[in-house]
Amino acid sequence: MACDRSQTVVHAYLDGELDAVGAAEFERHLEHCRECVDALETHEALTAALKRAELYQKGSPALRQKIQASLRPQAENVVSFTPSRVPYRWLAAAAVLLLLAYAGWRILPSLRGADDQTVIAAEMVDAHLRSLQPGHLTDVLSTDQHTVKPWFNGKLDFSPPVQDFSTDGFPLVGGRLDVVHGRAVTALVYGRRKHLISVFIWPLPVNEKDKSLHSGAQQGYHWLAWASNGMELCAVSDVSPSDLDQLHNLFTK
Amino acid sequence: MLDSQDQVRFEQLVLPHLDAAFNLARWLLRSRADAEDVAQEALLRSYRFFLTFHGGDARAWLLQIVRNTCYSWLEKNRPVEQMTEFNEELHTTTSVSPESLAIAGNNRERLTRALESLPPRQREMIVLRELEGCSYKEIATITSVPIGTVMSALSRARRQLQLALTGTTHQEVTHGL
Repeated sequence: MACDRSQTVVHAYLDGELDAVGAAEFERHLEHCRECVDALETHEALTAALKRAELYQKGSPALRQKIQASLRPQAENVVSFTPSRVPYRWLAAAAVLLLLAYAGWRILPSLRGADDQTVIAAEMVDAHLRSLQPGHLTDVLSTDQHTVKPWFNGKLDFSPPVQDFSTDGFPLVGGRLDVVHGRAVTALVYGRRKHLISVFIWPLPVNEKDKSLHSGAQQGYHWLAWASNGMELCAVSDVSPSDLDQLHNLFTK
Repeated sequence: MLDSQDQVRFEQLVLPHLDAAFNLARWLLRSRADAEDVAQEALLRSYRFFLTFHGGDARAWLLQIVRNTCYSWLEKNRPVEQMTEFNEELHTTTSVSPESLAIAGNNRERLTRALESLPPRQREMIVLRELEGCSYKEIATITSVPIGTVMSALSRARRQLQLALTGTTHQEVTHGL
């Protein structure tokens, strides 16, 4: 035992676990240490013998199948008695909601007309809110109905009724184009004290007779919709419903 | 317990190492039948603990679970085997020539017996390094010891296997069966 090197270095060298510097240094050592060369050869012979013998034991295909089969039922078993079932509750709740939504859609088609109106009203409330953002209120800023009305020419496939109601407390502020439920509409903007009212106007579909007056509220905004002279109109604002009704009367006068 | 995304991750990351799991269990337990049971138990355990796996070396992570499951099983079913400790001092000066080793190593049966005669803590070093091809770092992770300890344990295990293979050792490790 002339070599005082740790025997573990031989193994680290054999296994490629020495860094480049360590390996080079050990190789220089091997040049004049018979003992380490012998040890290395013996270990190499063992490694080679183990490789040749192919001792690696693979699992049987049956084991693989057994494990794969046991994994999914395992998940279900665990679910039944661990706190992690909570996500499944949410899933169940979501499924019930989905089912109800589907049932509502299938079984109650008569309500869909009303739903459409609500959706359109919501869109107009959104459009009105959008218009209140700086710079979005009007495309044409004029209190003169004779300026506002011609502005829409060529921009729409219909001619909206544009009137100024300044004398009745609803001054015309301007007009803009908007898109509601996939179609281009006129939006007239009226002032009411310090509030603003958007009146959306679009042609009444030919197969529909005059619609009755209907109203609603959404996000703190009121809307009032009616039809007159082949047009559908919807006024949206944060003013009181009675103000909207007053404006409606002015339009249908 | 695992959502579908984790289920897929488990199947992609862990299941491919099923053979590695079985191989380690087979050599630690020295029985295919027992290894099948324990490997399956270890896989189910890894499935249950999969959410604690935070990426990295999935094979080392799984083999760590397999190893622990094997030792628990041995403790319960073959308590004597665990106690078998190799008396290192007795053999450190004995050297084995590469020639005698090469001859003995040509006999697969003899190699298997020699490997199985090692105490489990040394046997697992040979299995993980020589059969499974694990790096020292991976062996350190699997056996929960520092890399330096892996190096010396592997060094002792190899020497012991060489002695067992060439009949230089007189110590007979009696099998539990």
